[in-house]
Amino acid sequence: MSVATAFQTIGPYWHLIEHPEQADLTRFGATGDRLTLVGRIVDGARAPVADACVELWQASPDASPLFPAWGRARTDANGEYRFTTVKPGPVPGRGNTLQAPHFALMLFARGVLTRLYTRAYFEGEALNATDPLLNLVENPQRRATLIARPDGAAVWRMDIVLQGEGETVFIDV
Amino acid sequence: MNDPIPFRPAQPGSQPDNNSPQYRSTGARHPKQPLLAWPHTVTEATGPHFTPAQFAPMVDLSTAGGKLAMGERIIVRGRVTDEDDRPVANTMIEVWQANAAGRYNHPGDQHDAALDPNFTGEGRVFTDADGWYQYVTIKPGAYPWGNHANAWRPNHIHYSLFGAGFATRLITQMYFPGDPLLALDPIFHTVPDAAARERLISKFDLDITKPDWALGYRFDVVLRGRLATPMEG
Repeated sequence: MSVATAFQTIGPYWHLIEHPEQADLTRFGATGDRLTLVGRIVDGARAPVADACVELWQASPDASPLFPAWGRARTDANGEYRFTTVKPGPVPGRGNTLQAPHFALMLFARGVLTRLYTRAYFEGEALNATDPLLNLVENPQRRATLIARPDGAAVWRMDIVLQGEGETVFIDV
Repeated sequence: MNDPIPFRPAQPGSQPDNNSPQYRSTGARHPKQPLLAWPHTVTEATGPHFTPAQFAPMVDLSTAGGKLAMGERIIVRGRVTDEDDRPVANTMIEVWQANAAGRYNHPGDQHDAALDPNFTGEGRVFTDADGWYQYVTIKPGAYPWGNHANAWRPNHIHYSLFGAGFATRLITQMYFPGDPLLALDPIFHTVPDAAARERLISKFDLDITKPDWALGYRFDVVLRGRLATPMEG
């Protein structure tokens, strides 16, 4: 048996592998309920995290040649990221559970040595009440950090706080 | 319903702590609340699959537009396996790096060193059926950074790998043997275990070296393996 290779930070110059079209998961012709996911990332001093790499993965709808189900976006000078994708449906949880529709979000940045993993659920989704992950977060203010809110027509906002008051729930992955 | 088999947790000491004060930028960027313990589901156990058709390989960073970049050309070859020593086949590896002068082709890099019009510093390569990959590049230079007085990053190439699931995602850096800056580098030393740090250092390899053309370096990467038995759901 071997031991997995250690992480090292993505650093401030990762944009050398940035291709802005990768933030649009519909670019290969995906069909479905199209939406935009936006959000602002701030650090423990409430300063915008302007050099982050945000990656999105969704287990629904299934990945296909028309739909990579994965995207990568930069944050801008204001700490804002933006994805265009299609709305996920519910997916199975462990055992006989059902997970409410959600995106998986992974953050990399200068000053982040590994990765920060969280999820974005959708406000108003009936299945949120029985979602096994949301139900692990007992504090309602903390739970709310995992839920994106409508921010215009087909736009959802998922702001992220790396540290301190209002800190986003990050998941041990 | 068959539950996905979770990936293994990290071996103690083998991974950096996101709160590593010697690397100053971690100060305001690490969560202070404990991470939510969560068994992997389909969301974490599956992940993107990239194809060369949609993500075109870029396996020679040493030329641009048919013109040679400045610096020492090198060949980097290695194998990607999981913790059970099984090859990770057909997986995408992204690399990026500074040029030979220690300057990134990036507007944020203001180091007073030459840019090279024939070097962009981006590469992309897929492993073969047995986990092997290879690309050609220029040996990156060291460069100063603002972490502390007279701080210099050792020569390194950044790596991004995906593997079988979103939980196997890996961002790391490959270093070079014999670099005197490694002993002083706070980022390298955020990995607590000395053997785990050593594995981030590539090895000079005469078998990869191409006569009359370029030195060769070997750099293997290990992605997380799966737990032997499924956890109870």
